[in-house]
Amino acid sequence: MLQKTYENIDSIGRAILSIKAKGVHNKELAEVIYPNGEKAFAQVIALDGDQVTLQLFGGGFGVSTDCKIRFLGKPVQVGFSYDMLGRVYSGNGQPIDGGPELLSDRVRVAGPSINPVKRLIPKDMIRTGVPMIDVFNTLVRSQKIPIFAKAGEPYNRLLANIATQTDADVIIIGGVGLKYDEFHYFRQRIEEAGSKNKTIMFIHTHRDSIVEGLMVPDLALAVAEQFALQGKNVFVLLSDMTQWSDYLRQVANAQDQIPANQGYPGDLYSQLASRYEKAADIEGAGSLTILGVTTMDDVTHPVPDNTGYITEGQFFMKDGYLELFGSLSRLKQQVNDRTRPDHRSIMNAMARLLSEAEERVKAQKFGSVKDDYSLRLLEYRKTFQRELMDPFRYLELEDALDLCWDILAQHFKKEEVGLSSKLIEAYWPEKGKFKILKEKTHE
Amino acid sequence: MQKAKGKVMSVNESLVGAQTTEGAVMNGEVAYIIIEDGKRLKAEVIDVKDGNNVYLQVFEDTSWMKVGDPVQFTGLPLAVKLGPGILGSVTDGLQNPLYELGKIEWFLERGLEVDPLDNTKKWHFTPRVDKGATVTGGSVLGSVPEKLFEHKIFVPFSLQTSHTVEHIVAEGEYTVDEPIAVIKDSSGQRIELKMAFEWPVKTSMPFKERSVPVKPMPTGIRILDALFPIAYGGTACNPGPFGAGKTVLQHSLARHSQADVVIIAACGERAGEAVEVFKDFPELIDPRTGKSLMDRTYIVGNTSSMPVAAREASVYMATTVGEYYRKQGLNVLILADSTSRWAQALRETSGRKEEIPGPEAFPMYISTLISAFYDRAGVEILGDGQMGSLSIIGTVSPAGGNFDEPVTQATLLSTGAFWGLSRALSDARKYPAIDRIDSNSKYPSLLEQEEVSYLLELLRDGKTIASNIILMGEKGITDESYIRYQKAELLDAVFLQQNSFHEVDGVTDPDRMRLMFNMVREIIDADVGLKGKEEIRSHFNFVRQAFLDWNYMRPDEEGFEKQKTKLLNLVKKRGHVAENV
Repeated sequence: MLQKTYENIDSIGRAILSIKAKGVHNKELAEVIYPNGEKAFAQVIALDGDQVTLQLFGGGFGVSTDCKIRFLGKPVQVGFSYDMLGRVYSGNGQPIDGGPELLSDRVRVAGPSINPVKRLIPKDMIRTGVPMIDVFNTLVRSQKIPIFAKAGEPYNRLLANIATQTDADVIIIGGVGLKYDEFHYFRQRIEEAGSKNKTIMFIHTHRDSIVEGLMVPDLALAVAEQFALQGKNVFVLLSDMTQWSDYLRQVANAQDQIPANQGYPGDLYSQLASRYEKAADIEGAGSLTILGVTTMDDVTHPVPDNTGYITEGQFFMKDGYLELFGSLSRLKQQVNDRTRPDHRSIMNAMARLLSEAEERVKAQKFGSVKDDYSLRLLEYRKTFQRELMDPFRYLELEDALDLCWDILAQHFKKEEVGLSSKLIEAYWPEKGKFKILKEKTHE
Repeated sequence: MQKAKGKVMSVNESLVGAQTTEGAVMNGEVAYIIIEDGKRLKAEVIDVKDGNNVYLQVFEDTSWMKVGDPVQFTGLPLAVKLGPGILGSVTDGLQNPLYELGKIEWFLERGLEVDPLDNTKKWHFTPRVDKGATVTGGSVLGSVPEKLFEHKIFVPFSLQTSHTVEHIVAEGEYTVDEPIAVIKDSSGQRIELKMAFEWPVKTSMPFKERSVPVKPMPTGIRILDALFPIAYGGTACNPGPFGAGKTVLQHSLARHSQADVVIIAACGERAGEAVEVFKDFPELIDPRTGKSLMDRTYIVGNTSSMPVAAREASVYMATTVGEYYRKQGLNVLILADSTSRWAQALRETSGRKEEIPGPEAFPMYISTLISAFYDRAGVEILGDGQMGSLSIIGTVSPAGGNFDEPVTQATLLSTGAFWGLSRALSDARKYPAIDRIDSNSKYPSLLEQEEVSYLLELLRDGKTIASNIILMGEKGITDESYIRYQKAELLDAVFLQQNSFHEVDGVTDPDRMRLMFNMVREIIDADVGLKGKEEIRSHFNFVRQAFLDWNYMRPDEEGFEKQKTKLLNLVKKRGHVAENV
């Protein structure tokens, strides 16, 4: 195809450029050619008559009106090859690990999602060894689920733990707006876990342009999807999607779009959804599981709020703990009826009692908690937090369930826990026979 | 009207500007944009300016479109094809059958259109009119058996005047696209009729005669049937923050509501959840019919990653199909999940058109559209004493869980029942997490009015006492108040809470609900004569335990009656001290 080159740039913004050109396609890839011959990528994002608006992968800084634009006659694509395993790429798909550029198949980026009828109902539990996940909010293969956490929480550590403690065939890390040390951390963890040869990283750090950051999830997911179609179970880690949404907001703003909530574009939900919906257990092929990070101040912020309506739950991290309230796995019901007969019931009983205990915490502030039962609830809450909520404590699911029974028996009478008589008969540990928990003496 | 032609002038995501080069253009008509590789992208005219500048909302991804691409206008509004074969199917928001698309492509590639109704399938048609009969829009020409129902074949509702049947086929096997009758009007103009015809999605079908929704529709969910019911032909809204249990509630309603036809509109929701429904339902047996649940279900699976414009259409499509089955004399229930995503789709388009935004950037006309949508529900008197109803339960996903936002507020004004979901209740695993105090319904309950008031009063008392306990501690309130509080908690635990994943507790029919209510009332009315908080709490713990064990038993199960007796004895004699529960 003849590739036409255009001069006479009209305007250059932070991430946007516009130029007059003819015969240009929406979403076409273009090259910005600097006067010294250097090149950068751009993508068409809007057309109006002969006015073409482009999004600049390298950002607008340094682009001059004597740059030229060449339209490449093809959409944005990414390489796909098994040779990519173990490699690190930037947000425009270039290797940044010093290794050679790969000549590989090109696959489309941000294509349509899979037809729902080609999806299977998710049915395989992913054991993570984290009691707050395995017992209370079981992770399921093909799930899309973020960690909601304030900046400063060890969310990336948890993300890396989950990815490396479980049995994915391929791990793809999409880093958006990472600090350099976070990038370094991911790399180190993957190497320590011996997962390097099944991992591909697409990394955007703060020093790169925001448009490259915007591309990261699409590149990561496009490659992941190819592996999934080839029968692999793929884990995609995205950190952090709040940064990503902020980049989206900046670009929308540069385009003079009418903003919706808190300046985010009106299509924030659709934009997030078209990425997260790539998660799927594909009929006759593999699966794609997405674990993301959404940093936030509180869940009513537009990014976690919209995310929560798209993802299949969230792991809520606060003060270094994985919280019970606020965390949710929508898919847990698909698998926790096949783990152990007491799993569902004890999970609910523990939660109900903890919520009752939270009420007593409020009451305690008024100094009104003096009765024995309330005091026991408060003790229960302490034990629960100490024994179960540490995201970095490793326990097999069965041991974690036994621990739950131990905790109940330590603090409550059988009839206080609201469990069916059948289960109590089968699992209630007799005094002094706790399997996991060493009985603490009551004052 | 001559079909217009034009070309693309601007592209901004799903909003495309075009200029007509010939012909007249109608607001709401469907057009196709032909892109370079020959794919035809479906679009709808949403605005016309200066006579020949047209704004199109494209139902698909607009990548690779360019200025100058040809636009072909159809002259016809976006419509749904109505006829036998809809039940049991799963389509996208434009009525493309997803299973058929799945045979062509793994992905939802754009530009594909598949006939919504299988036009190779033969239906056994039995005529109900003779040659020479006089018919008009809505007259029944005949019928075919469709799954559980006798599906009436109508003269298209749009036909206003009287016609005479000139020809009608004999009883036999026909496809939906074969002519089955020819009718002519007084001037001799002839019309050929088929079993299927189209109706524009955004135009409400006229009611023949409308009545008020007063008959409660059992849903199998105790808190709804007892306290906050929906009636046949009524409307309800179900707002709540994410994670409060909307989806499980919707799935439960879809399975257990006593409607003839259930239409699920997964409007911009998670694909995984839609899949769960349409892969699960064929396996599930409807206890009332003994057949697959899917036989009475139609699913619009326009999930969150499908193009946004089709999301807006999907809600209207579901409603039009619902109106059609109401005309069949059936009780239809539409579950729209979520109307907020639908409203967001409108917001997206409105923003691109640079309309001046209203509150929270929603378009000014959002409340008008919402109320017009819910007004399509209702009870219709069809003649011959036959009635049909269309009920709509809309899920609302308010931003930040804040019910003051415009979509929730407009929905509250337009619906007859309000089921507010509460994060606090879901955190406490009190499912369904429908707010016991702040929810309401204007429809009659399966219980008597006096009984409903009795329950609500206890719940309100319980809440007041609970806040006193927080302030003053258990020791700060009287034993009498504490007993009242424990009764409210018991009512919540054994009657209002329900385990939707349990095969017995997951659904409660009206008879069992009546039985349970009577039991609860007996327990609440009993004078327990207990002293001291410890003794009171212990008593209610034993009662709760016994009640829950009973809730999980089938009525025909051995031990059901025994457990009931045990429970009542426990209440009367406080026999738990001796008895091993």
